[in-house]
This record gives sequence, C-alpha cells and structure tokens, in this order.
Amino acid sequence: MGSYVPTTPSEREEMLKRVGVGTLKDLYKNVPSDMFVKELNIPTGMSELEVRAAVTAMAEKNKVYKTILRGAGAYNHFIPAVVKSVTSREEILTCYTPYQAEISQGVLQSIFEFQTMMCELTGMEVSTASHYDGATAAAETIPMCKDRKRTKAYVSATAHPHTIGVMQTYCFANNTELVVLPAKDGKTDLEALKTALGDDAACFYIQQPNYNGLMEDADAIAEIVHAAGAKFVMGCNPIALANMKTPAEYGADIAVGEGQPLGLDIAFGGPYLGFMCTTNALMRKLPGRIVGQTKDADGNTGYVLTLTAREQHIRRERASSNICSNQQLCAFTAGVYMAAMGTVGMKQAATLSMSKAHYFASELEKIGLKRKYEGEFFHEFVTEVACPNCAKRINDALAENNILGGLAVDGGILWCVTEVVTKAELDKAVAIIKEVL
Amino acid sequence: MKLIFERGSAEQHLTLLPACDVPEVHFEQERQKELHLPHLCENELTRHYTEIAKRVHGVNDGFYPLGSCTMKYNPKINEDMAALPGFTKIHPLQDVETVQGAMEALYTIGESLSDIFGMDGITLQPSAGAHGEFTGVMLIKAYHTDRGDLARNKIIVPDSAHGTNPATAAMCGFQVVNIPSGEDGCVDLDALRAAVGPDTAGLMLTNPNTVGIFDKNILEITQIVHDAGGLCYYDGANLNAVMGVVRPGDMGFDCIHSNLHKTFSTPHGGGGPGSGAVGCKEFLKKYLPGPIIVKDGDKYDFAYPEKSFGRVRSFWGNFTVVLKAMTYIMTLGKEGIPEASMNAVLNANYMMSLLKEKYTMAYDEICMHEFVMCLVDLHDETGVSALDISKGLLDNGQHPPTMYFPLIVHEALMIEPTETESKESMDEAAETYLKLYDLAKTDPEALHAAPVKANCRRLDEVGAARNPIVRYTF
Repeated sequence: MGSYVPTTPSEREEMLKRVGVGTLKDLYKNVPSDMFVKELNIPTGMSELEVRAAVTAMAEKNKVYKTILRGAGAYNHFIPAVVKSVTSREEILTCYTPYQAEISQGVLQSIFEFQTMMCELTGMEVSTASHYDGATAAAETIPMCKDRKRTKAYVSATAHPHTIGVMQTYCFANNTELVVLPAKDGKTDLEALKTALGDDAACFYIQQPNYNGLMEDADAIAEIVHAAGAKFVMGCNPIALANMKTPAEYGADIAVGEGQPLGLDIAFGGPYLGFMCTTNALMRKLPGRIVGQTKDADGNTGYVLTLTAREQHIRRERASSNICSNQQLCAFTAGVYMAAMGTVGMKQAATLSMSKAHYFASELEKIGLKRKYEGEFFHEFVTEVACPNCAKRINDALAENNILGGLAVDGGILWCVTEVVTKAELDKAVAIIKEVL
Repeated sequence: MKLIFERGSAEQHLTLLPACDVPEVHFEQERQKELHLPHLCENELTRHYTEIAKRVHGVNDGFYPLGSCTMKYNPKINEDMAALPGFTKIHPLQDVETVQGAMEALYTIGESLSDIFGMDGITLQPSAGAHGEFTGVMLIKAYHTDRGDLARNKIIVPDSAHGTNPATAAMCGFQVVNIPSGEDGCVDLDALRAAVGPDTAGLMLTNPNTVGIFDKNILEITQIVHDAGGLCYYDGANLNAVMGVVRPGDMGFDCIHSNLHKTFSTPHGGGGPGSGAVGCKEFLKKYLPGPIIVKDGDKYDFAYPEKSFGRVRSFWGNFTVVLKAMTYIMTLGKEGIPEASMNAVLNANYMMSLLKEKYTMAYDEICMHEFVMCLVDLHDETGVSALDISKGLLDNGQHPPTMYFPLIVHEALMIEPTETESKESMDEAAETYLKLYDLAKTDPEALHAAPVKANCRRLDEVGAARNPIVRYTF
C-alpha cells in the first residue's frame, strides 16, 4: 500500500502518549462501537509503479483521434506549450482560495487580469472569477434577473441541450418557470419570442453562435427582449468573440459562456470553465467570486476578494448563490492562454477556424452533403444526411481513418472545424465521405 | 508588480499559428470595439507568471492548516495520470465504445467511493463541494416531490454549519431553519426535536462537525429526522476524519457529497476545479442526475435514472479531477484510506496538545481531524485578535488557520494539520504559535502591524467593496 503519512512508528507512540490515548482507535471515543468499519470493500493499495500501469492501461483503452471534426460544446483548439508549463507550477496548482490576501497576491492579481480579459472579449464592464462551466453560468444568471414581478425565465431551443438541461434543473430547484422557445430554420423563432414575452418575463437566453453553429439575429432579439422589459442573456463562444460583434454591442445585459476553448483540454468533458460578465448596474447581483483592486496600509496597490457581502460565507441563506470553490485553475489557464495568444493570435484562431469550417462546408456540398440551415455560421454547421443510417456510415468510415466525424443530431450531422485541422485533413475527410455516399 | 497589460509592447506577439490554407471568411458583423489582450514575448510572459507564482502560498510552500479545507499533500502521480493523452485528448461525445477506459475509471472510483460512503448510488457530475450539496439537496427535493409530499419545504441546518449549507437549501427552494448548537458544539437534540415536523424536508449535517467533534448522538439525530419524514444529508467537508473508519451511510444519512479536492488529495488550484461526488442510498438512486455509468459484463455505458431530476452541469463532471482522486484511492487502498484518516486525527490531537499549553481551546476534549481555538481571553487582555495572530503567522512563512469560523465560537482559529504533516513540521509550527502568543502579551502593536514580510501589508477591503475596481482600464 502506498501512503503519504510521514509519521514513523516511534513518533506515533510518542504522539499518542502526549495526547493521552493508547491507540489510534481510542481517538474515536464518540463513535458507537458497532459502527466501526471492519474492512473496506475496495482493493488493496498499490505501489506507484503498479498504479501507473493500471491507470495507463485504462487510458490506453480510449481512442484518441488524430483529426477531430466534432464540437458541440467541447472544442479542440491549439494550446501553446507555455500554457501547460505555467499552469503546472505547484504553487499555483496547490494553493487554496485566496482568503489570506497578503500571501495570495499572485492568484488575486491573475484573477484580476482574467476578469479584465473577459471584459475585453465580451465588451462588458464586470466579470466574475469563474463558474463551473458554461451551462451552470447560464443557469445562475436567472436569479440575477428575477424580481417580484418578473418571475419567468426563457431560453431558446437553439441553445446547447446540456445548457437547457442545467437551466431546467436550477429552475426546478428554486421553483422558477422556465419556458423553452421553439426554433425556426435552426435559429430562434423571433415571432414566437415576440408573442411569448410578457410582463412577467425576467430574462431570455440565447447561445451565440447557437448549437447548430448559426449566428442568431441577436440585434433583433435584443430589441424584442428589452421591449418586453426583460434582461437579455447571451452565451458566447470565447474564440468567436475575438472577431464577432460583442454581447455588449448587441446590448446584452449578461454575457456568459463556456471557456473551455481558451486553452483547456477537451478531456472527456471537464474540468471546463464558466465565465460571466455583466454591466456595472448588475454587478452587485453577480453570483460567485470577484477580485477588486485596492491599497495596502502603505498605500501600495494590492488585490482582494471583494463584494463578498453577496456570498454564502457571509450572507448564508440570503446569498446570491451557494458557489464557493469554482474553477480557478481553469480561469488561470484561460488567462495564460489569452496572454500567450494575444489579440493577434486570438483573432487568427477565430479566423482560421471559421475559414476552414466554411471551406469544409463548401467541399461537402460539392459531394452532395448540403447544409441543413441557411444563414451565417462560425466554426460549426449541420449537414443533412440522405438516409437514416448515413450518419453512422459516414462516421464509421472516418473513424477507420483516425478521424472523429461530426455529431449525429436530429436529421443531420453537426460538424466542427478548428484551426488545428489542415486543408489536407479536410480534403481527406471529404474523399472518405464521398466513398460512403 | 506590474499587471500583464503593463508589460511588453503592442507590436509584440508569439508565432503560434500557421497562415490560412483556405480562403479567408469573416463575420458579417464584426466586433467594433478594439480588443486589448496582453502582448509579450515568451520570455517576458513566463517571467510574469513566475513572479505571479512567487506571490502565492501553495501546499509545498509550508504548513497549511486551513481548518475545514483539508490542505493535504497533492501527490505527483495523480497529476501524471490525469495528464495522460488517453484521457485529455478524448472528446466527451465520442461513441461509448471508444472511451471504455474513461468510463471504467469513472465506474471504478464510483464503486470505491460508494463503499467509503456506505451508499448505493453515485454521481460524479458535481464540480465542487457546494455543487455537490446542491445535488444532494435536490435528491431530497425530488424524493418528496415524487411522493407528492409537497408540504415539506424546510431544511434544518445547525448554526455551526458552513455558509454553503443554508445557501444551498435556499437555492433549492427551501426555507432554512437554523437550530442552535448545544454547549458541547454538537446538535442540541431538544432543539432538533422542536424543529422537525410535517414540513421538514431534511437535515444538512457535517459529522464530525465544524468544531471538530464527532457527534456521539448521531444515530439519534438521524432517527429524529427520519421519524418526522425528513431525509438526512451528510456534508462531506470533514470526511477526512473518518474515511474507512466510519461510514456516513451507517450513521443514518441518506445522501452525501464529498469534496474530492479535499479528502481525496486533488489540488485546490486556488479555488477549483474541485469535484463534489454525491452518493445516495438505494431508494434515491432513481432521482440521480443523468447520466450515470453502468457496467454490463465487461462493457460500460451511460444510463439515465428513471426519475432523474436532470443534469447539474454539461457532460460528465470534472473528469481529470476525478481521475486524480481515483489514483489516490488506488494507491492507498483499503488499508491506506483509514490509515490516512486516523493519522489526520492523531495529528490534530497532537497539535492541539502542543497549543493547549498557552491557547484556550473552544472544546477541550479529544478532537477529530481539526480543532478550534477561542482567542477571546487573549483579545480581551491584549487587544490581539485571531486576525492579528493570523497575520503574524504570515510573517513566519505559515498559512494561517481558518479564522472566525465556525460562527458559534468567537475569535476562532480552526486548525486542521492533515495526515501529511510530519511531527517535525507540527513541532516547528506550534513553536511559532506559542511565540506569537507571548508576543501578543509583550508587544501587541507588532501583531496589529503584521504582516510586514509578506508581498503587501494589510489591504483595505472596505474601500475595495465601496469603490469596486474589478478590471484594468486601458
């Protein structure tokens, strides 16, 4: 068995003696005697060498594809070497939440820098330190928007199904009615939206680009939502934000999103990173941690966790959320990623992804795989498939060639292309698909 | 130190991506606002972050007895295993046949945790402790809702609880009933009996509790709640005291969350990512968030519980965090797990015995993995507060204990050494505590002024909240 207990047997005796008990078990005097576990029903511990072999064997059972043409909420972007190097430093990795500000200035400053970068990307005025993922960030905006009169939340059916699912869970939790508004031609149905929103509407959430990869008519949506007196919440792809019209420019009240594309591995779904940005007006309603700049006793600039009166450890049952630990190391990673990429690199990643996705879409169209929906898209799009079994046949053929194909969705395939995929790989995929059709 | 935006020059950028090999496409509506991100060469970039890292206190920088946070050593093998490409480079929506190893990992740790918890079902979806609490309380809500027992709208929480407990109950739509603790810091049985009734949905409890004592009445407590028709939720924040020694399931709890980033040695990362695995008894399994992992012969698959209350996040959880915890459990095994807990308890008692020479203990008895000191007397006598002692510790290279918690102890310092501290490090740390106690009596001003050796002096938190500056302005 492995162990990380440094105490030697003789030290243990000495310590037990000082504490005034005979054995370790004597320390559990309050535990009813028949409650002790006799023996756990788990395997015996192993040496590091054996553990490494066993876990590596599990890893090797997974198929790592050379080319990934699947997104749907998890995006395989390039991660500069400097990101892993910096984020694996053990001080950063092992420290706790920066409650003791004087010896946590590094973490606090890095959060302040992250908040600044997220404000820059979204165009909004304030950012939190992080949330669990994009879906929970979206769900946690609803209480920010509700008041006594405005009690109903709305979400577009074109958002990621997991995001809608999490919003439904959170709304079931705090007894909020959540209405899923229908899609039309792959985008939010504006007429349905106009009809739906009444005096009791608190907020409406869309994803930009949406689950189908399409750009929503966010200008028109903002106008409808605001005309109804509700808050407009946008879930945005952070890579797209380098180039696309920002949520602030669309007039969003809150911008959230999944930060995984910012330097985090796809890693079977986590850990990822939720981000949340808003206006100064809504700042004090934000859930979760926020870092602020201040001065120390000598007048030097420093950083602290701030606006903590919103939080659970102060406000308990009246807190804006129960969130405590968030995804700090992931936010730190995103910060290092954005610093390494810089404005030039971020814009390049966005342009490359978008351009390659468009190239792939047009090549697929040439061999008969037409896009299911019209309209502008970023790096994802849905193609129709000719037969019920086609999606599987296409993906099987691609998989044989070490390519992870698009995700089979209702009536089609949802493809994604990022900057890491080359034209040659796309051409190869098209040739393989052509054989199947 | 400079902010990253104040370094480098606007013309600087790294060469990371190739030229576009297809026709370029741009958004119809592009962003108008200029995008300001850092612009540094790689050398300056790494220097910035090295400077950042030097201004952080990690577990490897010194004694870190942060009560209730279980700052144990984070083994390096865990990091290595979680970084294997077979785990980091797989897409969450790959066909299950191509991710059997990942699912085996989730299933394996699920089985181990279920046994340690004394529970029958598990979900690894929750991303942190509070998220696990949310999931656990939602199980309680789903259970009562499913039975049509809609009058049960109250959750009972002791006044010694973490803030996340009442905040969670409120998020789940429940009213919170705070009950006072007894003089021994444990649940006051009469207060509990008076609080339960037909409107009781459940009780949220930590055991050992937040003052570091195992509640000897635990079976009676869970019985009282069950008799009233409520369910019992175990907050696993303090599981490090009892894993492999006593099982929450055997104490009468119906569901539990565990902070894998505390008890099972995954790093805290400055505030996450954690993992808040939730276990439950058989009768609650059908309400678990979907999907869960099931095993059929040698095959693993996703399954959706029959009456699942829904998912609590995207995909399947903080996967690589869970892998680190799995690696830890595989390393320690059935002998090492209780061994770790018992040594955590021994270390806390040893440390308490050293500090008791001068400091007043809030509850002077054998403790579990942590204990609470009460500095009211010292404060009255010298004006030196728990905060001042903490800041004095900073000047001695130590991370202070948890301050001013639990709320039922005034001028509280809560100390949790964990099992990975050596006797030598505790002896040295205790010496510093005792030295600071003496300093409080001889030179209180020195402690009011502390820290003087940290990266900054005490910070103006009131000013920060009054005039929030939460981003850099270009």
